[in-house]
Amino acid sequence: MHSRLSAFNITALVTGFAFLYLPIVILVIFSFNASRLVTVWGGFSTQWYGALLENEGIRSAAAVTLKVALISSTFATVLGTLAGLILARFGSFRGRTLFSGMIYAPMVMPEVITGLSLLLAFVALAIDRGMMTITLAHITFSLCYVAVVVQSRLVTFDNALEEAAMDLGATPARTFFQVTLPVIMPAVVSGWLLSFTLSLDDLVIASFTSGPGATTLPMKIYSQVRLGVTPEINAVSTIIVGLVAGGVIIASLIAKQARRDSDANHP
Amino acid sequence: MKQTPEKRNALRDTPWLDPEQTPHVQLLDIRKNYGDFTAVDNISLDIYKGEFFSLLGPSGCGKTTLLRMLAGFEIPTQGRIILDGEDMSAVPPYARPVNMMFQSYALFPHMNVEKNIAFGLKQDKVPKAEIQERVAEVIELVQMQKFAKRKPHQLSGGQKQRVALARSLVKRPKMLLLDEPLGALDKKLRQDTQFELMAIQEKLGITFVIVTHDQEEAMTVSSRIAVMDHGRIVQVATPTQIYEFPNSRYVAEFIGEINIFQGVVENSDSENAAIISEEAGCRVETGRSTDIAENAHAWVAIRPEKFDISTEPPSDTRVNCMQGEVWDIGYLGNLSVYHVKLDSGKMAMAVRTNRARSIESSITWEDRVYLSWHPSAAVILSN
Repeated sequence: MHSRLSAFNITALVTGFAFLYLPIVILVIFSFNASRLVTVWGGFSTQWYGALLENEGIRSAAAVTLKVALISSTFATVLGTLAGLILARFGSFRGRTLFSGMIYAPMVMPEVITGLSLLLAFVALAIDRGMMTITLAHITFSLCYVAVVVQSRLVTFDNALEEAAMDLGATPARTFFQVTLPVIMPAVVSGWLLSFTLSLDDLVIASFTSGPGATTLPMKIYSQVRLGVTPEINAVSTIIVGLVAGGVIIASLIAKQARRDSDANHP
Repeated sequence: MKQTPEKRNALRDTPWLDPEQTPHVQLLDIRKNYGDFTAVDNISLDIYKGEFFSLLGPSGCGKTTLLRMLAGFEIPTQGRIILDGEDMSAVPPYARPVNMMFQSYALFPHMNVEKNIAFGLKQDKVPKAEIQERVAEVIELVQMQKFAKRKPHQLSGGQKQRVALARSLVKRPKMLLLDEPLGALDKKLRQDTQFELMAIQEKLGITFVIVTHDQEEAMTVSSRIAVMDHGRIVQVATPTQIYEFPNSRYVAEFIGEINIFQGVVENSDSENAAIISEEAGCRVETGRSTDIAENAHAWVAIRPEKFDISTEPPSDTRVNCMQGEVWDIGYLGNLSVYHVKLDSGKMAMAVRTNRARSIESSITWEDRVYLSWHPSAAVILSN
């Protein structure tokens, strides 16, 4: 057995995880701090979570964030699924490399540049900045993540399934909705969750594309932290960490389940 | 030409011999190109109603492409497909009265057995009660009543195969296409299923077209076989004709085991064409005439089971008789296979049924043996 835990392995494991998660653990612990002073432990309390509910600014920012995340991830999922389908299906057409490159580019593009270019576009098109522009911007950058997830699922998709559906009398549209979509649904759902969490914690692009009255939660937190960290911020951050972690875990569980299903189908 | 009822009855099982029958499916000069590559090369073929027709050939011979053109997944580059008098060439797959059973079975993983089978009927907006009735009917036909509520990943390979068959039969297609339907099953199950397929086909009277690379399977199930090679059809005939009277060396060697000896035609015009073969070391009389010219090269083909193998010389060792030494013996239980090194150096293969039950075989290694055969056993081939 190679998996025996030697002292060295345990040390490496603990150091690695501590490096990754110690800051977050500290944040979570101090969100339950009774003291007003962030760095001094004054006993356990959930008062800051209660105070959050009273805070009008944070509540409205959370509402904006959730709305943007829900709408943008839904649109990104529809468009990203279509892009993934086209990338996986249409073998080679003129400009395929350019097309796929252009879909993946936003993943590696520095966020500052994406944000700046979107801002310039909105200004040039004379679109009033606000919640809608943030939503549009989030659709733009999360679309490619959905496309990647859907395309990788379609690589293992048995095309005979679609042929069988058509052979049995289903038109291409019905084949898509009754056979293709249900089969790739786990990938579509995990793509949706991924873009939802991406939208939830985006600060840079939202800052560039927001306007008066449209402040997202990350923007709100960032502006408050500049005035000093309060335990309230710790509490709201803990909630966001919980949401994002939950989303990522569900997405990976769905993806795992889907893989198991398709394995069972092709022994 | 009018035919008597007796004659008509005799032709019931061989409609391709009946000039009054119109073919159920007609392929007219079908060609399919992929770029520079010709997958199917000018094939014309008539298939009759109720036939169990096999397309047989090695992988890459174009048989699957031909089947996919019948289903509508591929459009012929040239030529027409006529089904029941209607031109199908431009009809999309979902509008053809033809169903296909896929090699991978292609069961919908998110639907249970019943829903998989009902899928085709739902597309046609068949009333619910009728769907239920017809689904139950085919589930019974393939004996899957116990598994109706299972999902595909809970089924074994043989069960999936049955569901796929039921799903492709439930719409009562004019023609059922089967793409290597038994390829994924183990040998025993495959043999049982072959007979079941034949029984179902006979019961429903649907025209079956099956693609296979397994010659035994094609021999077992087919009314007729089309042997294909490089996009062309080499021979279309009944299994017996294909086996006993192959029209070329390709067909002879593809179907079963065969010994082939080169020789020269001695007298081709007489009723008893003979070939002098140095490889065989004798004169081969065939009892038939041949259209191969005198003194031209020809090949004699003899199946291993047609030989009489003996250590005693027959009455005439110069005609239809080869001599050699036993090189190797394969004991298969029901059969023994003898590899004989002929005096010419060529290897010949003979098969003998082990009719008597004995431990010691009368023929053993390095014995000098005589292989003789009846004139009708040899086939003369020109290429």
